Amino acid sequence: MRLSYPTNVKVVKVPCTGRVDVLMVLKALESGVDGVYLAGCEIGDCHFLKGNLRAVKRIAYAKELLKEVGIEPERVEMYHIATSDGPRFAQVAKEMTEKIRALGPNPVKDKNKAFKA
Amino acid sequence: MIVGNRKPLEEILEMVKPYKKILLLGCNECITVCAAGGEREVGVLASELKLSRAKNGGEIEIKEHTLERQCDFEYIDQIKPFVDDYEAIVSMACGAGIQYTAERFPGKVVLPAINTTFLGVTLEQGVWSERCQGCGECILHLTGGICPVARCAKSLFNGPCGGSSNGKCEVNPDTPCAWQLIVDRLKELGQLENYEKIIEVKNWSTSRDGGPRTRVREDLRIPKDS
Repeated sequence: MRLSYPTNVKVVKVPCTGRVDVLMVLKALESGVDGVYLAGCEIGDCHFLKGNLRAVKRIAYAKELLKEVGIEPERVEMYHIATSDGPRFAQVAKEMTEKIRALGPNPVKDKNKAFKA
Repeated sequence: MIVGNRKPLEEILEMVKPYKKILLLGCNECITVCAAGGEREVGVLASELKLSRAKNGGEIEIKEHTLERQCDFEYIDQIKPFVDDYEAIVSMACGAGIQYTAERFPGKVVLPAINTTFLGVTLEQGVWSERCQGCGECILHLTGGICPVARCAKSLFNGPCGGSSNGKCEVNPDTPCAWQLIVDRLKELGQLENYEKIIEVKNWSTSRDGGPRTRVREDLRIPKDS
């Protein structure tokens, strides 16, 4: 298909979106990324039955935590994209990039030098 | 287990405002099981605090540490080697653990990150429910294993009251009437004669009304001079 999607999207592979924990999302934002989205399988299509449904709930929880912190919850999103749906993957990458670009950079970026392990 | 809730971030941020180096102390017991103050929640709170500080241009150094328990001094004392590197401890244990940590380190500021709520059970993953108030004198043998002290809003001993309607409590339509549960269960057990018994006025001195309680088992105590 030779589809292209924005180069700023870094793909982190996980065996299933059910593997993704709220802390992973928070740590990513802590490290200075501008946004995080999960590309899970379509609802009802999870190979592990409920992984993507768990991810939906965890992303909702992560959004609540971000609201508490005062960071835009829109920086975190859940998408459902069929494994074979390349065009949709590229479209979502573009959509999310545009959305985050409109929000501006992560407010903790460049201020996080004070972070220590 | 003891069940608690994480305090809202805003409240915790206000408490830690004066500090730049904090020790965030979780507990591996009940508060881990009720998903409020275990290793995982320590990680989430640490991340939230760091994000919030960074967003507002401040600095914060957080050491995440989760003890096996915060209600036994042998475990609390494990933080001795590094506790002085931090200005304050934020404890994610229950009220007992928070206090005992403060007691072991009298010169250290210990702040609570948990609102301790009740003694309860896990109904399903993510749902906990109150079952016991530690009143010090159990009568579950008379009430079909359902506690009127903890589960009746009025702690009635000879219920139900007039607020019981269709098996629910007037305090909250989602709360079952404890006395309805008791009667149903006694019926099932063929023990309705227990319901006929008038339960006498309770001696609340065994409960909180008698002041803070201490339990001693002399046979287990280690003499101070040994």
